[in-house]
Amino acid sequence: MEYEIKPAGRLTLNLPELWDFRELIYFFTWRDIKIKYKQTFLGGMWALLQPFLLMVVFTLFFSRGLKISTGNLPYPVFVFPGLLLWNIFSNGVTNSGNSMVNNANIIKKIYFPRLIIPVSSILSTLIDFFIGFLLFIVLLIYYRVPVDPGRLLYAFPASLIIILITTLGVGTLLASLNVKYRDFRYVIPFMVQILLFLTPVIYPVTVVPEGLIRDLFQLNPLAGAISLLRSCFGYDYEVGFHLMGGTALSIILLVAGLVYFRKTEYYFADLA
Amino acid sequence: MKPILEVKEISKRFRIYHESRPYLTFREQIQKTFISSGKKTSEDFWALRNISFTVSQGESLGIIGRNGAGKSTLLKILSRITPPTTGGIVSRGRIASLLEVGTGFHPELTGQENIFLNGSILGMKQAEIKKKFDAILDFSGVEKFIDTPLKHYSSGMQLRLAFAVAAFLEPEILIIDEVLAVGDAEFQKKCIRKMEGVARSGHTILFVSHQMGLVKQLCNRCILLDKGIIAANDSSEKVTSMYLNLGQQEAVNRYEADAGSSTGKKYFFTDVQSVNPAGEAISTFGFNQPICLKMNMQFNQDPGDILLSVGLLDKFGNRVFTVHRPLKEFLNHPGRVSGTLKIPANLIAPNYYTFHFALVTRDGTVFDQHESKCLIQVADTGTVFSEYEGKDYGSIILDCEWI
Repeated sequence: MEYEIKPAGRLTLNLPELWDFRELIYFFTWRDIKIKYKQTFLGGMWALLQPFLLMVVFTLFFSRGLKISTGNLPYPVFVFPGLLLWNIFSNGVTNSGNSMVNNANIIKKIYFPRLIIPVSSILSTLIDFFIGFLLFIVLLIYYRVPVDPGRLLYAFPASLIIILITTLGVGTLLASLNVKYRDFRYVIPFMVQILLFLTPVIYPVTVVPEGLIRDLFQLNPLAGAISLLRSCFGYDYEVGFHLMGGTALSIILLVAGLVYFRKTEYYFADLA
Repeated sequence: MKPILEVKEISKRFRIYHESRPYLTFREQIQKTFISSGKKTSEDFWALRNISFTVSQGESLGIIGRNGAGKSTLLKILSRITPPTTGGIVSRGRIASLLEVGTGFHPELTGQENIFLNGSILGMKQAEIKKKFDAILDFSGVEKFIDTPLKHYSSGMQLRLAFAVAAFLEPEILIIDEVLAVGDAEFQKKCIRKMEGVARSGHTILFVSHQMGLVKQLCNRCILLDKGIIAANDSSEKVTSMYLNLGQQEAVNRYEADAGSSTGKKYFFTDVQSVNPAGEAISTFGFNQPICLKMNMQFNQDPGDILLSVGLLDKFGNRVFTVHRPLKEFLNHPGRVSGTLKIPANLIAPNYYTFHFALVTRDGTVFDQHESKCLIQVADTGTVFSEYEGKDYGSIILDCEWI
């Protein structure tokens, strides 16, 4: 084994190195999952309770209160997959955005590809998604909603991948910015909150006025992924320009995030 | 064979921001972009300048230097935490450092979980950790609490667990940084034994320490860093003694009589100073060096039967020993006496000491006396008690016979 330690220079993603450290990705993810519900009475139940309670609240407000129409889908079935995917994004961005600062003591003492930290903090949010999805299956059975299994087979992984790409892009960007400018510690929760309103998670995109504004809303990669998943349960959504555009946007975000992260990671130890 | 580690002209620059904050707020960054104020808010500081050295396979290299000499920066570059500004390093083996002990320990996880997490962070494969798990547990001595969350451990237990994981790393190049200063004596001994084992088994060791005795014991070659450059790269013997003499000038502690303290006294000290046998003023002595105290006295009358009495005090002010000698027996210039006391080498245990000196008569009349003056340090240069450096084991090391 021979390697060189050089001044910061050429920009490479160095995926082989990341692969070498795959066990560390696993351990960091495992740690984040493990400590998430430590010393709580309900433990993993929170992964069920959080989206469930949110669903109940939103159902009361939007469906019963504001009488928002979600087409042929009952509102709880409409909102739940949205919330599950949204939680990957919001928790993922929040966790990874703060991850470099929170793990400063490790970064300052030992070398490993820094990308492992935001990546595993995002991966650890997946467990909540899968637990929540079990509850969603119960919900589907309760409301007797027909499922399109053929569509589910590709829409489920595709929507997850789009969400993960977007989350990783935004997460790594915020993580490296946060190391340098601690302002982002306060920007992140604010940003996530605003985005919840700008993304058709708790309302259908049809409430947005038709035309350019609705197009913009639909170009949001999160909106595309959520709608794609919903479409497996009878939600009216066409795979087309908006989804392509959104996916392209998420890839652009990912590239931007990774490039900026790689460019600044050399100095994390000096700044953190 | 090629050396296992080649360090080629590395330098490291740090920007020092004058708000004493290493990071900027976004507002400041924006301000800086648009308003270029003439005032400089940062300056450059070179922590390391053109450091080059090589380490061959199986060698133990000591790295010494005063605080701020650049040791930590060098270690950080070697362990790839921060990149050098210029220059490069070629490493032909995995570098792991014991400055990382306990890195990533999480208080909520159990001992066992932490062994796996920490081992993985330190670069071990999961299978490797599993294989060594029992040995690690055994070394740490915390078997009973292995399923208890770490937050319920005492700090000593946490440290032992941390060190145990690190001790089984078996990298090709091991960096050890002052970690041995912690833990109880028994555990320290265990660690030193382990390290000696590592060194013997052909691993390369970089050892960073202030404990000269240990450095000499463990390393045959040494690098002395001073203000970011390599001041010496030679045998440990030579370099450690250089270190002890480095920067002595400013550290010398001498007693000098001022006008007020000498007026009206018939016999008094004019100045007293610790020196090496060559007569140069120093205040840090190696254990294997004689300690000399040079005293100049002045008097207006015949010395008569006045005695010069000198005592060595330990850091608590307790008398280690006292010697005295009639003033008459010194070589006299009229009205002045100069005498140098020489304490033999290899006797006074490494620690801090001060002197008590007085001019008295046998019946107890005191003419001039000074307590706790001329602070000196005796540094360990490889005594049998090296590994207990900093512990109180008495003020002298006697070479007794066992019969």
